[in-house]
Amino acid sequence: MTELRFEDVTVRYGRTTAVDGVSLRVPAGKIVGLVGESGSGKSTLARAAVGLAPVSGGRITLGGEPVPLRGRHRPLQMVFQDPYSSLDPRRTVGDSVAEAMPRGSSRAERRAEVERLLELVHLDPARAAALPSRLSGGQRQRVALARALAARPRAVIADEITSALDVSVQGAVLNLVRELRRELGLSILFISHNLAVVRYVASHVAVLRGGRVVEQGPTAHVLTEPRHDYTRELLAAVPGGTARRSRP
Amino acid sequence: MPHRWSRVARSPLGLVATALLVAVAALAALGPVLWGDAAEAVDTGNILAGPSAAHWAGTDNLGRDILARVLVASRLSVVLALLAVAIAVVVGLLLGTAPFLLGRRAGRLVSAAVNTAVAFPGLLLALFFAVVFGVGETGAVLAIGLAGAPAFARLVHTLVSGVAARDFVAAARVAGVGRARILVRHVLPNIAEPLVVNATIGAGSALLSFAGLSFLGLGVQSPSFDWGRLLYDGAAALYLNPAAALAPGAAVLLAGLAFNLVGESVAKGLGIEGLGVAAAGRWVVPGGAAAPATAPDPAPAEVGEPADDVVLGVRDLAVSFPGPSGPVRPVRGVSFDVRRGEAVGIVGESGCGKSLTALAVTRLVDDDARVEATRLHLLGTDLRAAQTTADRRMLGTALAVVFQDPMTSLNPAHRIGAQLAEVATHHQGMTRGRAAARAVDRLDAVRIPDPGERARQYPHEFSGGMRQRAMIGMGLMGTPALIVADEPTTALDVTVQRQVLDLLSDVRASDAVALLLISHDVAVVGEVCDRVLVMYAGRIVEDLPAAELAGARHPYTRALVDAVPDMDTDLDEPLATIPGRPVDPADVPAGCAYAARCPLADARCRGEDPPLRADPHAPGRRVACWHAGEPLPPSRVVRADLVQSP
Amino acid sequence: MTVSVSAPPPPEVRRGEGNPWLRFGARRLARLLVSLLVLVTASFAMIHLIPGDPVRGALGPTAPAELVAARRQALGLDDPLLTQYARYLQGLLTGDLGTSLSSQLPVSDVVAQRLPATLQLAVLAFLAAVLVAIPLGVAMGVLTRRGHGRRTELAFTTGSIVVATVPDFLIGVGLVSVFGVGLGWLPGAGNDTAAAYVLPVIALAVGPAAILARIVRVEMVRVLEADFVRTARAKRLPARTIHLGHALPNAVTAALTLGGLLLGAMVAGTVLVENVFAWPGLGSTIVQSILTKDYPVVQAIVLVYGLGVLLVNTAVDIAIALLDPRSTIRED
Repeated sequence: MTELRFEDVTVRYGRTTAVDGVSLRVPAGKIVGLVGESGSGKSTLARAAVGLAPVSGGRITLGGEPVPLRGRHRPLQMVFQDPYSSLDPRRTVGDSVAEAMPRGSSRAERRAEVERLLELVHLDPARAAALPSRLSGGQRQRVALARALAARPRAVIADEITSALDVSVQGAVLNLVRELRRELGLSILFISHNLAVVRYVASHVAVLRGGRVVEQGPTAHVLTEPRHDYTRELLAAVPGGTARRSRP
Repeated sequence: MPHRWSRVARSPLGLVATALLVAVAALAALGPVLWGDAAEAVDTGNILAGPSAAHWAGTDNLGRDILARVLVASRLSVVLALLAVAIAVVVGLLLGTAPFLLGRRAGRLVSAAVNTAVAFPGLLLALFFAVVFGVGETGAVLAIGLAGAPAFARLVHTLVSGVAARDFVAAARVAGVGRARILVRHVLPNIAEPLVVNATIGAGSALLSFAGLSFLGLGVQSPSFDWGRLLYDGAAALYLNPAAALAPGAAVLLAGLAFNLVGESVAKGLGIEGLGVAAAGRWVVPGGAAAPATAPDPAPAEVGEPADDVVLGVRDLAVSFPGPSGPVRPVRGVSFDVRRGEAVGIVGESGCGKSLTALAVTRLVDDDARVEATRLHLLGTDLRAAQTTADRRMLGTALAVVFQDPMTSLNPAHRIGAQLAEVATHHQGMTRGRAAARAVDRLDAVRIPDPGERARQYPHEFSGGMRQRAMIGMGLMGTPALIVADEPTTALDVTVQRQVLDLLSDVRASDAVALLLISHDVAVVGEVCDRVLVMYAGRIVEDLPAAELAGARHPYTRALVDAVPDMDTDLDEPLATIPGRPVDPADVPAGCAYAARCPLADARCRGEDPPLRADPHAPGRRVACWHAGEPLPPSRVVRADLVQSP
Repeated sequence: MTVSVSAPPPPEVRRGEGNPWLRFGARRLARLLVSLLVLVTASFAMIHLIPGDPVRGALGPTAPAELVAARRQALGLDDPLLTQYARYLQGLLTGDLGTSLSSQLPVSDVVAQRLPATLQLAVLAFLAAVLVAIPLGVAMGVLTRRGHGRRTELAFTTGSIVVATVPDFLIGVGLVSVFGVGLGWLPGAGNDTAAAYVLPVIALAVGPAAILARIVRVEMVRVLEADFVRTARAKRLPARTIHLGHALPNAVTAALTLGGLLLGAMVAGTVLVENVFAWPGLGSTIVQSILTKDYPVVQAIVLVYGLGVLLVNTAVDIAIALLDPRSTIRED
């Protein structure tokens, strides 16, 4: 049970400030939704947390310690948006999952662990020998989740993991995310542009705009009684969320 | 993977090239053994002779047989070329992967140096190095190798950057895998194919460059000889015996071609750009699954004769493409009407044929597609017939089309205003000035602030939402009766999506314009449209009023509605899921296409495709299901993927 | 249409501050200057990279030691490297390129005398290549666009690969032996008459033209499948307007981006062609000078060629910027 914390985090690329003093807490064993539109800095924040983007101010901690960004021990893992890009097309599913495991286990142990993880994400363990091209988008995203879990993380960042999927498989991945939190007690930062999706998986939500958090709080609270204008605007924009529009 | 390579060898060009390359290799191996003595046999009585029966290409200034010398020279020529290309590849790999290994700053310096070097032509670099290393074989190998290195370094750098930008490299980094290990495990295997191809082409170029240097007298020196040296000697005697120059010339050419053609045909077969511009995209192998030779014909449409107020009437629309094993039909018999002022939505998952349907009814499918229909009428004009100028004018002004990606749908080389004005000058006979004024007026109508100024800007100066509004404005240059919008908001943020949807509604409200909206998002279609057509595997499976989506009768529509969480979804229940995966248009099963994923499916569903019939219980609704409206079994376990359909 | 603004408009993105053309010009100029510095430094360094004593190498092992020493002094090779570099730069700025070792003439005179012939050849071949390649590539692109002309495509692609593979000097040798020696229609050497230009220009232009035509075709096919071409079709414009008005500018921009280096390479291509046709230009001079180890002349000519290449590349970049407004804001 570990808390992931962003304290006054700033990320700059050249002269542009992508993330501007963001403070955010993902309580142990909870799912926090991070909502925002393109260019709001939500993906940059995620990439900064795992060391893929430079942090120019503030700190990111996991259980009170800075997130380790060197060496093999990586207790903070990330799942990416595009399942077609996040698996090496030339390595088997099992290879990709095993790569993230901590060193020092035997070949047999690794194989057993891969099978356990694939079952955990509801994939047939026999799929370990398959290349990603044999899998559907939803299945690939499960493999990506299994790979993240292979590193024995204490927290996971999920960056728009359902937005590249067809609606019929999106539900299965969302169910899996909720299940993994429940069963493994993971702290999850769940990034999405879709308020309905965030409402379904996250107990807390933060709204990001122009690199700043404009509002955060319990999901039920923020989505029913938004305090910031931008949150209201987002809510009003959800299709099907308001009265049907006038027609001729 | 192996079958891709064998496909290359089976193409006629690949076959010829491979044979040629094998011949060159054999000649290089055996040439000096077989003709070594003949090439050195001096005959002072017969110098600089023309072609004869004894000497097919004549003799040189010592009376040696030129043809034998050409055959013998093959080994040295090929070996030197391979050495040079090896240098180019090794140095290129070192320089090209350095930016990845060294990190941002040092990497930028290396790639800047490579880019500066690439700007100078290989021959100039080769001359430079030839001066430095001195005239002769060794100097020339080093010169040509180093001269080729920058181009290779740049190629490697481009390929590496392409792979490095992909998420699996980021995932490996997040997992704590070191850069060198990522390079070896993930990056190099993914760029090996284009590298091999380009190295092959590079060997051909090196061979020709070497001949060039030797021809200038800067390469191989007497008494050694390669093809270039023979050319040099032959060109000196060109007026006495042209064959003395043409024979080695032909040899160089054939050998160079062998390398180049093998490289190019492999590149073509594998889908790699040649010319050093390799694309590091996904190489998707077309599915090998055989399409049924004759897809079961859908039952005739049960839609009556179109009424008077029909803007768009479609009956039995089918679209097919030539596939590797017979035609593929992604749209298999679609019938519907759009009435004046009506908003009709088409929903379905990717690959269900909804976008293709939109393109087919607007006559915008690609040329290799075949569109068939028993009726395809827009405002009374038969779109199946050849289009006259008048038809084109009608289509250009009465039909507006909005596409998914506003970033790519406007021409980057023209100003926004000009792209709108074009419609008016071509179809409405306006002068340029009046058309430009109309364009500004239309930009204003789609709420683009400061339209006069904006009309003079290029698409890249517009945001995504503004471009989509400009696209709608383009459709409003005429007086449209129908707007066909293919996923118009998918690429946009929610707040911008809201604005675009509002704009489309306002346009409809003001002029009773009909709308055909294609979307994967049931919520969007449900909100904007009057009527919804649900497509699955190239057919309409249900046609119902948007307001009644919650009471859909087809199990697919019901699952689609339930699978998407909305702001009222019960948080205590798992979301509905649809097991299996969508149907591949190249492999449509017999019977109901949805049967494999359907909880209600029985033997009849798997054997007999249900026709789209008017629903007897609900007038104005159509559904294609043998079990329409039957209660679904209690929610299925999430473990569905363990029992994977093929 | 009445407009009711429901939500405040989002901040619209206006990219770039200041005049994009000014920034593009400044960036391009900076790149040119850096390349120029690299070029000058490389040509200076060339003589110092040669292993051993270049003067001894040039005069041969039998030359008396005093002569070598005197020549070294005359060339200033005994001074500290930085002094020599400064003197070299100063010389360049004042037009002093040194003295030829073999003819004792000022190198600047040699270059001035030889440059015009090379320039004529390069410019004519450059024009010929572009004027043939672009229309040919565009026509082929339209004929072989998706779903059309598979055989034409195969024939054109194979043909252009074969033609592009033939090096210019081989084409030259072939042309001379057929039209010069065999048929006697055109002169195979020198540049005395207008007819003498025909064969060298063809020899130099054919290869680059084939590659460029191929690139233009590929780009044309690609552009014809682009979304904005579909938009143009949705506007029901005539085919001619779609192909020439909408597709062509984009295809040529992309083709020049890829093929620009090719045109620069033609400058250096003159070296081989001049040697085939005994053309009295820089190309035949540099080869002679390399063989006789007349390093000041080699240095100067390498510099001139490099400069030519840089100027062509810059011109191509400017042409692209004029055709494609986006490229002015594209970072390198």
